[in-house]
Amino acid sequence: MTTVTLAGAEVDLRRRLKVLASQEALLAIAVIGLAIAVGLYNPRFLAARNLSDVLLGNAYIAVAAVGMSMVIISGNIDISVGALIGVLATISGTLAVNGAPIVVAWLAALVVGILVMALQGVIIAYLRIPAIVVTLGMLSILKGGLISVTGGKWITDLPDSFHLADIELLGVLPFPVFLMILATILAALWMRYSASGRAIYAVGGNAEAARLCGISQPRTIVMVFALHGLFAGAAALLYATQLRVIQSTVPPNLELTIITASVVGGVSILGGVGTVVGSTLAAVLIAEIASALVFIDVSPYWIRAVQGVLILVTVIADILRRRRMAGA
Amino acid sequence: MSEIPLPHSAKRVVPWWLLRHETMLALILLVALIVLGYLNNRFLTLDNLLNQGRLTTEVGLIALPMTFIIITGGIDLSVGSIVGLCAILLGYSWKVFGFPLPLAICFSLLVGAAAGFLNGIVITRVKVPPLIMTIATLALYRGLAEGISQARSVRGYPEWFYFIGQDNLFGVPAQLWLLLISIVVAAIVLDRTTFGRTLYAIGNNETAARFSGLPVDRVKLIIYTLSGFMAGLSACVLVSRVTTTRSDMGMGYELDVIAAVVLGGTSIFGGVGTIWGTVVGLAMIQLLKNGLALTGVKGDATIVVIGTVLILSTLVASSLQRRREGV
Repeated sequence: MTTVTLAGAEVDLRRRLKVLASQEALLAIAVIGLAIAVGLYNPRFLAARNLSDVLLGNAYIAVAAVGMSMVIISGNIDISVGALIGVLATISGTLAVNGAPIVVAWLAALVVGILVMALQGVIIAYLRIPAIVVTLGMLSILKGGLISVTGGKWITDLPDSFHLADIELLGVLPFPVFLMILATILAALWMRYSASGRAIYAVGGNAEAARLCGISQPRTIVMVFALHGLFAGAAALLYATQLRVIQSTVPPNLELTIITASVVGGVSILGGVGTVVGSTLAAVLIAEIASALVFIDVSPYWIRAVQGVLILVTVIADILRRRRMAGA
Repeated sequence: MSEIPLPHSAKRVVPWWLLRHETMLALILLVALIVLGYLNNRFLTLDNLLNQGRLTTEVGLIALPMTFIIITGGIDLSVGSIVGLCAILLGYSWKVFGFPLPLAICFSLLVGAAAGFLNGIVITRVKVPPLIMTIATLALYRGLAEGISQARSVRGYPEWFYFIGQDNLFGVPAQLWLLLISIVVAAIVLDRTTFGRTLYAIGNNETAARFSGLPVDRVKLIIYTLSGFMAGLSACVLVSRVTTTRSDMGMGYELDVIAAVVLGGTSIFGGVGTIWGTVVGLAMIQLLKNGLALTGVKGDATIVVIGTVLILSTLVASSLQRRREGV
């Protein structure tokens, strides 16, 4: 793409591109650099089996982080998504075990995901209740509801055809990794080039200006949450089908891991800035770090502390960078 | 619900104090008490009510500074993780560092205050929004608790340590005195001191408060530090009550605490709220839990109820506020 603009504007654009590109480039370097560094310490880390396990086991986090990034870019937050993924996985698995056509079981997760998130979007956007209150409430409704309905029982005897995660496209590309890449690319293109995609940035960046441009803020927020629900549904399917059983719990604080991926991926917590490419790279990086800890003989119990430091450092860096740009 | 404004004469049919959030909540609480007491005869006994007071202390101690924070328009999601971190460090410093227990208690309180101070300093100096800062430290503090403890628990504390968590003083659970004193102090500070009024000023209009020469940043730093300190205190009471330390202690406390504060009429948008409201909110949530448990509802289902109550009470409060403002 060539830009024929005034020199000043071009410099400005270039500087902005550089700032935006830096987070993704930095993450890509970190992903590769970490792999090499840990590989030198313990070559077994670089075994194809381990690397693909890391990707396979965490692709669902990257998929969920795509939706979370949209939510955060629009200036909101969602802490209910971890619990929702557990609920959707259970719904889908229960349907499959009870003889519903597999496609119906899959679709149910997507549809219920969209409905629950869209409902939250409506409460947030039209009834103007802060996202943190709505999603905190929903988190406990979903979490408590799931355990009291299932009684903590695992779902077993799932039909073989249910396991989406087993599919290998062209015999080499596992479906979870394919879906992660596809979701990221589609979402990135849509957010970059379509009017409704740009509206997310507009609403998150400056709600008043967006309104004056004729963008409906409530409608955009409901749309963002509905899409977030769709990605949560897809993530739930990957999560549900990667093991032979579905536990009625998800990893504790799953929502934190997903938020960490978004924020470390360069999505600004002040809204209006970020890309889903960054969040997917960050999800991979976080998964890689968790695996690397084991290979450098550090107890995996430290993983959440590492996540906490990562998110803290990124957030502070983001704010300081913005302040410098505003001051320059 | 119709949006048509009432004629002026009809507006003051009900006395204003009856329409106050706290009054309405207290009435609902009363009705709930009677209904639950009617459904189960073990509910309305002095023993049971005092025991519920014992159980609510840990959340209650944190809800007081949380009221301050939400009044300023902030939030602190890291309190549950601070409880976990302080509990772990209490046990760890006693068992592994060999601190005498009183010193270990002081150490864990200090760590709680330091954790809150870190929240406060980044929120005021770097201007990270409180929501994001405390989500980050929610992960960090819990991670430290897990990393330090390596999922091992510490037990076997000396007998005297269990006094605060398990014994009675003048016929009332010992920790309830701690909560009662804290409530009175917090209420006086919020209602009768410059510091307390500054909190409302910040919540109503932070810029105006700043231009009025109020020490906005210092006040914020103090309340976040206080929040961490009280979470540390809550951790000590909790460990004393359950006699063991584990890294998952205090998980989910943020929900109970915020639900109690918001249910008590403190506006999540800042500027509005009272300690008395929070106390009624606390009582409401604890009695709801207990009442449901006694009528045979399982623990997991009660958090469904708390989540619903949180969303609904915010909805009602914000629609009442909008009507009052005549929007």
